[in-house]
Amino acid sequence: MSIADESWADDSWTVAGRTFRSRLIVGTGKYKDLAENAAAVAAAGAEIVTVAVRRVNISDPKAPMLTDFIDPKKVTYLPNTAGCFTAEDAIRTLRLAREAGGWDLVKLEVLGEARTLYPDMRETLKACEVLAGEGFLPMVYCVDDPIATKQLEEAGAVAVMPLGAPIGSGLGIQNRVTIRLIVEGAKVPVLVDAGVGTASDAAVAMELGCDGVLMNTAIAEAKDPLRMARAMKLAVEAGRHAYLSGRMATRKYADPSSPLAGLI
Amino acid sequence: MAAELSLTVNGEPHRAAAGSSIADLVQAFGLDPKKVAVERNGAIAPRSTLADVTLGDGDVLEIVHFVGGG
Repeated sequence: MSIADESWADDSWTVAGRTFRSRLIVGTGKYKDLAENAAAVAAAGAEIVTVAVRRVNISDPKAPMLTDFIDPKKVTYLPNTAGCFTAEDAIRTLRLAREAGGWDLVKLEVLGEARTLYPDMRETLKACEVLAGEGFLPMVYCVDDPIATKQLEEAGAVAVMPLGAPIGSGLGIQNRVTIRLIVEGAKVPVLVDAGVGTASDAAVAMELGCDGVLMNTAIAEAKDPLRMARAMKLAVEAGRHAYLSGRMATRKYADPSSPLAGLI
Repeated sequence: MAAELSLTVNGEPHRAAAGSSIADLVQAFGLDPKKVAVERNGAIAPRSTLADVTLGDGDVLEIVHFVGGG
């Protein structure tokens, strides 16, 4: 493959039969305002955004709406169940989301406790089975455990999304071994969801062979969110190309790059 | 038949005229029914039926929409 034909530039991925070019999914929380949020989505080149389902503020129904700033016809909305601590709540939330937007591709997340926001895998699996049975296509936030992700696949997950570190922590990929094991064993796309803090973290996820990365806080809480969105776009692309190019082997000692023959 | 219905909407007490439909209620709040989803007494109220479902006294309604989230 040569640079000239640029065929390497077309590197799309497919989840549940839907094909996307961008491997960066971004959240829509924590931004200063909806306009900055929309600008960050554009700078990230994201084709999918996660959104939350919440009560309408009936005392202020004219408050600006997310859909006025990020057009659901142009950007795929991925309704999530963030904030749900039981399978029942998550299922209820996604049924409402499907009614509100008509989308069956959803992000399932069932949390175990507020302190760590670690997923409750027993409830997550239960919810995944029910949702898949109702025709939903759940992309599932989960622990970085290759057995748990297999069980999710069996329960109907269309993508598995292990955490790199706790939600909102920005600690980066804590366990490359387990993420790599998940990638090797998975038959569905694998996306690191949560824990990315800066561009190199996103690149690491992609170099491990993940199909994509999902993040919110790393962009929203950067001092310049639009520039960080751009950095994340480039990092995801760089990491993906590095993975596909097949990195060099590591050595214990130095190996000169200039020829040893002909030294004066 | 009471002239007014006592409802709970998004956790708050609310009154509506007897005979109101879910669509009437949503529009009374100034909301576009195409941008929200409604749950009535724990069950989804399909959007296509919002104008046909008459509210009953004591109904518990949740009106939700999409907001920013991670």
